[in-house]
Amino acid sequence: MSEHPTAIDTVVIGAGHAGLAASHFLSKSSIDHVVLERGDVANSWRHERWESLRLLTPNWLTRLPGQPYAGADPDGYLSAAEVAAFIEGYAAGTDAPVRTGVKVTSLRRADGGYDVVTDEGTIRARSVVLATGACNRPSVPAFAPGLPDSVRQVTPFDYRSPDGLPDGGVLVVGASATGVQLAAEIQRSGRPVTLSVGEHTRLPRTHRGRDVLWWMDASGVWDQRYDELDDLSRARRLPSPQLVGTPERATLDLNALTELGVDLVGRWSAVRDGVALFSGGLRNVLALADLKQQRLLDGFDAWAVESGADVGGVSERPEPTRAPAAGRLQLDLRSGEIATVVWATGYRPDYSWLDVPVVDEKGRLRHDGGVVDSPGLYALGLPVLRRRKSTFIHGIEDDAGEVVDHLAGWLG
Amino acid sequence: MDWMLGSAPDIVYYSDRQDLLCDEGNSDMTVTSDNGVNVQALLDAREVLKGAPEAAQFTWRATSQWQNGVHTQVKVQPFFGLGEEQSHKAEHVFDADHPAVFAAEDNGITPIEYLLVGLTSCLSAGVASVAQNRGIQLRSVEATVEGNHDIRGILGADSDVRNGFNDVKVSFKIDADATPEEIEALVAQSQKRSAVFDALTNPTDVTVEVV
Repeated sequence: MSEHPTAIDTVVIGAGHAGLAASHFLSKSSIDHVVLERGDVANSWRHERWESLRLLTPNWLTRLPGQPYAGADPDGYLSAAEVAAFIEGYAAGTDAPVRTGVKVTSLRRADGGYDVVTDEGTIRARSVVLATGACNRPSVPAFAPGLPDSVRQVTPFDYRSPDGLPDGGVLVVGASATGVQLAAEIQRSGRPVTLSVGEHTRLPRTHRGRDVLWWMDASGVWDQRYDELDDLSRARRLPSPQLVGTPERATLDLNALTELGVDLVGRWSAVRDGVALFSGGLRNVLALADLKQQRLLDGFDAWAVESGADVGGVSERPEPTRAPAAGRLQLDLRSGEIATVVWATGYRPDYSWLDVPVVDEKGRLRHDGGVVDSPGLYALGLPVLRRRKSTFIHGIEDDAGEVVDHLAGWLG
Repeated sequence: MDWMLGSAPDIVYYSDRQDLLCDEGNSDMTVTSDNGVNVQALLDAREVLKGAPEAAQFTWRATSQWQNGVHTQVKVQPFFGLGEEQSHKAEHVFDADHPAVFAAEDNGITPIEYLLVGLTSCLSAGVASVAQNRGIQLRSVEATVEGNHDIRGILGADSDVRNGFNDVKVSFKIDADATPEEIEALVAQSQKRSAVFDALTNPTDVTVEVV
């Protein structure tokens, strides 16, 4: 303990890619700092994700400040273990001053900065970077405790693979990236899946032969800045796109799931007497997602023409999403048809340890592009923090550079 | 405040064509269109109510008086909102009855038909509001709404048949200065922000008591 500083310029909380990118820029600015990590480097990737998970972004996009992807498969997608190794290699390569296994139990204002209270003592810091991420806890609807006890409830934090589930039907709730990926692999395991679909973002894996995320990158959509968006709060709530990273670069949309035999139902709105009630508005959320996808692809093609980029490929439009002929509006959870409910209903950050009044009534951090509403406090790695790409691994570089610049200015 | 009666439209500017992912719809915000919807008032209201959720709490009311047979008369005028009692400028009277094939007097439409009235008027209000906000001039908006109803449910003839609609279909015919895709987007967005569409498609906690 004694070799660790008890007063320091900057504490970074969290040694994922965001915290380590911050450390990279802090070191470049010669700012004395330490990175505190509750578990291991890249902890969430090691311990809080399912086995088959791969990055949504292709490898050539997977880069951190000063560390490009150097492997042999630029068009592939890293597995969770490979992401953890990539991040750990970055920590080692940048010689980041990381202390693992240190849990921050409280952060509060103190003279000249903040007291970072940990299970290994308190550190006084003039500035603090919150790099704990946006996905600390699964977000589950308020009616979840009202489900019959006979139904097992699982979140992406405790789901590992279909083998861990009991036999029988599975109701997967949520049709963003997590939900469609889990629905597909559970259905393939022989357990019949019903997928509850609310608003979602549909994307083809490839457009004109190129990864759809190439288009997001090249056309500049990803670089759109937070202070230039018409509705930032909406952009920050945008569900993650229906994508999966596979060697075949397969599209995993609702039509693909229907072909696998997955049953689609509307958004799960309530439980009444042990019966799940689904919205009758399924067709409209399908239509909304189709229209948005159409417009995005039109925008890509228009960009290609305007920019004169030599893109090539044939521009096609995916088939409209097929709604079930007679979608079910209710499902009796006591009948035994459903053995497991998998909540793929999103994630939220955990700021319960943050004893600084910077969290709004909806549990979101109040910040302007990562400059938190309390002098000397900063954040990184949140949705559309400064750009649309903020939560993607390659998106951290621009954000971290700018946030650390601001921090350096504040330290003086 | 009658904009709140139907659907609060989705009020988002699309000044930038590149804003591709943000939401349904995309317009250059030409201000030449006029569908008679005061979009600015709605935008202002949205901003004010964001910071004052208590003012956004409305209570809609109707009072009914049974007449005779299956004929009931319903009156609507006062409501609560923006923190105080409000009132429509006049009292509106609605008669609900059943047609002759139900062996009734047919003094008015059936109660379940009022749901169709609510749904189509709400979606149409939404189409007009979203079109206004997107700078789309409407020339005509017609809708036909059909609710399929197996009356063995309400007659108690078959306990497996539900009392309400089995399904509802709304068909819009819209003439506007817009592409077919933009019109599809108007209709989709109007459902997304429709009070009645939500009330019909999602369960609502209903209490009926005797006082």
